[in-house]
Amino acid sequence: MSTPFYVSPEQLMKDRADFARKGIARGRSVVVIQYADGVLFVSENPSQALHKVSEIYDRIAFAAVGRYNEFENLRIAGVRLADMRGYAYDRRDVSGRALANAYAQTLGTIFSSGGEKPYEVELFVAEIGDEAAEDQVYRLTYDGQVADEHGYAVMGGAADVVAGYLKERYAEGAELGDALRLAVAALGHTPDEKGVARDRVIATRDLEVAVLDRTRQRPRKFVRLSPARLEQLLGDRASSVPEPAAGETTTPDLLGGAGEVEGEPPVAP
Amino acid sequence: MIPGPRLPASYLQPGVSSFSDFLADQAPDLLPGRRALPQGQAGDLAPHGTTIVGATFPGGVLLAGDRRATMGNIIAQRDIEKVFATDEYSAAGIAGTAGLAIEMIRLFQTELEHYEKIEGTTLSLDGKANRLSALIRSNLGMAMQGLAVVPLFAGFDLGDARGRIFSYDVTGGRYEETGYTAVGSGSMFARGSLKKLYRPDLTEAEVVTLAVQALYDAADDDSATGGPDVARRIFPIVHVITAEGGRRLSGDEVAAVADRVIAGRMSHPDGPTAPLTGGGHA
Repeated sequence: MSTPFYVSPEQLMKDRADFARKGIARGRSVVVIQYADGVLFVSENPSQALHKVSEIYDRIAFAAVGRYNEFENLRIAGVRLADMRGYAYDRRDVSGRALANAYAQTLGTIFSSGGEKPYEVELFVAEIGDEAAEDQVYRLTYDGQVADEHGYAVMGGAADVVAGYLKERYAEGAELGDALRLAVAALGHTPDEKGVARDRVIATRDLEVAVLDRTRQRPRKFVRLSPARLEQLLGDRASSVPEPAAGETTTPDLLGGAGEVEGEPPVAP
Repeated sequence: MIPGPRLPASYLQPGVSSFSDFLADQAPDLLPGRRALPQGQAGDLAPHGTTIVGATFPGGVLLAGDRRATMGNIIAQRDIEKVFATDEYSAAGIAGTAGLAIEMIRLFQTELEHYEKIEGTTLSLDGKANRLSALIRSNLGMAMQGLAVVPLFAGFDLGDARGRIFSYDVTGGRYEETGYTAVGSGSMFARGSLKKLYRPDLTEAEVVTLAVQALYDAADDDSATGGPDVARRIFPIVHVITAEGGRRLSGDEVAAVADRVIAGRMSHPDGPTAPLTGGGHA
């Protein structure tokens, strides 16, 4: 009879966290940016059918990275929770905070229970108010931690590099077009196989973009931006990819500006 | 019921994209039509909504309703709203027991929005009409005790690019109407009026006038239908749906039309007349 190995609780949790983090790091990033009229979500997602960004309720939206089946279940649960509350009480009684709390409890319980594998997902829950100051963005990690984000936030694959790019350029109260151009440029600023950060132009058809727009007349403020609208907002990008400013920490381009990374295999969204 | 902090396992299960099915599973007490009623007629206990008219025009469809709810001989409410947008491209007007009908429409609105969010696409107009059928059918027991709900459903069919109207009976039977129709206590008079005034080539503005005329005629002969309340400035609710989506006309827009109709009736109390012979337009 073999003696079971002793694993300390610290090690157990660390292993589970490493497992979840590895799964999340495989996917591409999602950027969320607060702009003048609401909250903008941008992700690189070649699939037209499998969304990373979705509507939950009137003023609440959801974005996720990681395993599709897991965050899709969480999204559906969120829609059910919101619709149930809105139907039983009133539309105004559905809040992003309550939803973020439900997600945190769910992810936290699954993470620390021995029986289930931890979810390999990270989520954003955003809610807009009547004023920009009332907008809220919550970031939820695989272990159920909640963080309140301000201005911009990134999760997924090269989150650190993309967030670093945004940190240097983000300005509060930007117009939609400016915020979108910044977010797309930031998503294109990813390390190549050598770990060197490079700027590439992401094709419009590979972008999934949605906004919570408080200027909309209807109660449901969530809108997906169509490729045509994206073309119009982004304009001519080939010439407008921001050059790395002098003195920036990124390593110089060793390949002599060979251009964008083409023909990358599509990743599960 | 309403869950606590952690999401219940049933919420995380994929599969069901119908909100009423989910409700039946999770909180059946919130569903209309699941309540056991004692024997007897209950029809006089609750307010009833009265007349709704609907008409199509090239490029869209209109739904309009008067503002009266009655309880026997009493006017229960003089400014009730009986026409609701059910989603961007559809609307429903309610006749029958007001409380149950409003609850049913709330559930129907949530049902459509829920499907749209879960599936990422909207139901077809026929799909929506059939879902409403199912909700009406579940109310049959109450209908037999005098608490019937009979809505009129209208929407813009994006596939066919035209407006369509559906009427229902208490068993959930759904019938597509051509051109125009009316439901509720004043519907006979409204339909007579529509029959004489309706033409398939009316413009959006003309159809609004048509609906206000028809509701005026219904109120003229049916005591349960409210006419335009000039003193309180209470006028019908008018909802128009086109390819650009649905729009409820503002109070001022309807008031302007109603004022013109009333002005016309000052000299001709029976309203516009149709020619005696021939199919030609007046």
